[in-house]
Amino acid sequence: MAKYMDVLKKNAMLIILVLVFLFFTAQTGGAMLSPLNFNALIIQNAYVFILATGMLMCMLTGGNIDLSCGSFVCFMGAVGGVLMVVKEKGTGVSILLMLLIGILYGCVLGFLVAYVDIPPWIATLAGYLAFRGWGTAILLDNSTTGSIAPIPAGFLKIFSGKIFETPITQFNVVCFVVGIIASIIVVALNIFTRVSKLKKGYEADSLVSMIVKSVLSVFVIMLFAYKLAKAGGIPTALVWVVAIVLLYSFITSKTTLGRYFYTIGGNKEATRLSGVDTRLIMFFAYLNMAVLTVLTSFVVLARTQAANSTAGTNYEMDAIAACVVGGVSAYGGSGSVFGMVVGATLIGVINLGMQLMNVDADWQKIVKGIVLLAAVVFDILAAKKNQNK
Amino acid sequence: MGKILLEMKNITKTFPGVKALDNVNLQVEEGEIHALVGENGAGKSTLMNVLSGIYPYGTYEGDIVYNGEVCAFQKITDSEKKGIVIIHQELALVPQMSIGENMFLGNERGKKGAINWNETYSEADKYLKMVGLSESSRVLIKDIGTGKQQLVEIAKALAKKAKLLILDEPTSSLNETDSRALLDLMLEFKKQGMTMIIISHKLNEVVYVADKITVIRDGSTVETLDCHTMEIDEDRIIKGMVGREITDRFPKRSGVEIGDVNMEVRNWTVFHPLYAERKVVDDVSMSVRKGEVVGIYGLMGAGRTELAMSIFGKSYGSDITGQLLIGGKEVNLKNPKEAINAKLAYVTEDRKGNGLVLSNPIRVNTSLANMSGVSNRGIIDKDKEYQVAVEYKDKLRTKTPTVEQNVGNLSGGNQQKVLLAKWMFTDPDILILDEPTRGIDVGAKYEIYCIINDLVKAGKSVVMISSELPEVIGMSDRIYIMNEGRFVGEMKASEATQENIMACILQSGRGE
Repeated sequence: MAKYMDVLKKNAMLIILVLVFLFFTAQTGGAMLSPLNFNALIIQNAYVFILATGMLMCMLTGGNIDLSCGSFVCFMGAVGGVLMVVKEKGTGVSILLMLLIGILYGCVLGFLVAYVDIPPWIATLAGYLAFRGWGTAILLDNSTTGSIAPIPAGFLKIFSGKIFETPITQFNVVCFVVGIIASIIVVALNIFTRVSKLKKGYEADSLVSMIVKSVLSVFVIMLFAYKLAKAGGIPTALVWVVAIVLLYSFITSKTTLGRYFYTIGGNKEATRLSGVDTRLIMFFAYLNMAVLTVLTSFVVLARTQAANSTAGTNYEMDAIAACVVGGVSAYGGSGSVFGMVVGATLIGVINLGMQLMNVDADWQKIVKGIVLLAAVVFDILAAKKNQNK
Repeated sequence: MGKILLEMKNITKTFPGVKALDNVNLQVEEGEIHALVGENGAGKSTLMNVLSGIYPYGTYEGDIVYNGEVCAFQKITDSEKKGIVIIHQELALVPQMSIGENMFLGNERGKKGAINWNETYSEADKYLKMVGLSESSRVLIKDIGTGKQQLVEIAKALAKKAKLLILDEPTSSLNETDSRALLDLMLEFKKQGMTMIIISHKLNEVVYVADKITVIRDGSTVETLDCHTMEIDEDRIIKGMVGREITDRFPKRSGVEIGDVNMEVRNWTVFHPLYAERKVVDDVSMSVRKGEVVGIYGLMGAGRTELAMSIFGKSYGSDITGQLLIGGKEVNLKNPKEAINAKLAYVTEDRKGNGLVLSNPIRVNTSLANMSGVSNRGIIDKDKEYQVAVEYKDKLRTKTPTVEQNVGNLSGGNQQKVLLAKWMFTDPDILILDEPTRGIDVGAKYEIYCIINDLVKAGKSVVMISSELPEVIGMSDRIYIMNEGRFVGEMKASEATQENIMACILQSGRGE
């Protein structure tokens, strides 16, 4: 019995996610389950996944955050709008220039945080204020309405829209096949890891738990594949999100670089005296954050198809919330990409569900605030319980 | 026999899965100093937490009889009202606040939430005088030394009208002089009728101050020794603590050949990183040979840790000058990474502060200083990492169910072993051990000494920094004595005695 409780506790957020999803499905009379809403869930929340990945890396190093990323999304959108629409530069050149600006900002921020020892929230608070203003100023200078549009089709193709698009009335076979392939890979990986662990005589998950895990993963993947196949194909944004999530899962769990993020968050001085260049890692955390913020701005610019001064408002808070709800420690040193994904999805589902239920925008904020608080309280109580053991 | 002030009867406290205290009995007479000794994890702190109400009435079995009445403390303030005040090992002072503010923190002078500062500071000054401090109570805590901070803690306890004062390892962060002063203060208080319980690992201090000694082992009381009716020495106490006679506290090293000079430091001078004009290490020269244990003895603040860290890849200090030779060749180590590559290891003094990542498992801590040893092009081989952790766990006999256990859950001695494992895994030729046995119990100390012996047997060089004289004399081949940033003496361990080492320090002080 205790074993089952442990499993429940470990996956509490995942279970809550399922319950919340079922709740909204019931409340909306099944509208949650429509293919178009599956599509919306992904493209409306792509930004959270990408930003929260960067935020996760910062938070791991000791609860450090980046408040400037939302404003920087707006600023980069304005820059992109000017480059592509006003100056009529090519998509490739524009993307490259925007990435360069992002790297430059990341280097400045990383330098301030890692080498000048400015507390991150102060250093990024400056960016939060400045980039919102600067972005808006650029937009007003280059347009009469404060909005630059239309963003060229070439750009949209890379960051929004769909791969192998088919009309909504048709069933997109490619999409479904991709789902099947992904499922096979996941199951094969699960089996392979277990077999290789057993072969070397290590403790592995029980057969039941592996099967349950595989079945659940396949179910989720195929559900999405089926729904998206009926919604016209795989959204490009999903490809970006999946690629980034997989890459950072790998970095955080399998590489020495990723390991150092955790140990710095756990004990910076011990890590430094173990021969790790802790300043360089801190620098990298913020450089990485800026690059991912630029990527976010691409996705956002492509989705809205215009550069607006309101773009990216409160994105930094969404990213932090996704991490915290996903169990990333506010003090650093623990948290995982998977947890963050669950947290971001939970927030996305709540957003979408409330929209479908026509909940008042103010109330949406109240509910989100309560969910965030509940997640942290839950996290801390669970940690205390473990301590008492 | 005097009046019994406190009696704890058949105290049993269970945590989920563990019986931390099992029928413990403790009797404290009014006006005596009662010492509580036992290995780490024996249950001393748990017992004191029961007494002070940190574990409220009802969560334990047994009775606390204080001043003739049975007590049912729900929280710390309940016990403090009765005059039972505990001073914890880790000082609970706010560094940025003044002595006076700290002294009345939570116990403010004044009416209806408004603080009367004049009363606060004049009262505080009164109590400071009682503990022999001449500082003004308006001085900030961060501007006085640890020794004086400990005295402020005591003054704070007095301000709470303490009748029974409990001191948990009061001298663990003090140097010899400050420790002695504190112990003498305790004896002074005793004359005035104060009753005290002292928890300490330093048995020489226990013998010095205690009237009675209660020994706790594995959560039960073993015996209570009366220092007035029988002759008590450290060996007698240790016998009670570990349950057997330890014939030799320092394992013999035999058949170790001392070879060539492995590391040499010449005219090493280091300045303080913030106050650039302050010399922390002043013109130090030293050497250590293969197979040799060199002890560096000095009081806290003598510059020992600063010397070690500055040698270890300049991880401390500014404007470092001097030569460092490893294996006869001069090297310039700019950061810890280069030091590790030069086969140097610095096993830090403070396990929790800068030694281990407590929130991570043993496996992660073991490999941290040598990630390339368990990875291939930046990708970690978790199987190999696991094997390495298990290998060192077995080798050093670390007590833990698995290497996936978080280091924070281990006892001090086992944490020290994990820290040693981490540095042994970097395959060093020279190990600098900074206070390798601080705060760990007698049994674990012995095991650490055995590990040191194994290291030198394997041809490594060990530099051991310590502020415990018996340990330095018992374990070293050669001893350097450090005071105020300088080396003031060097002697063979065979010629060293506690007296002539202390004489070195005193003479150097007078020479100025």
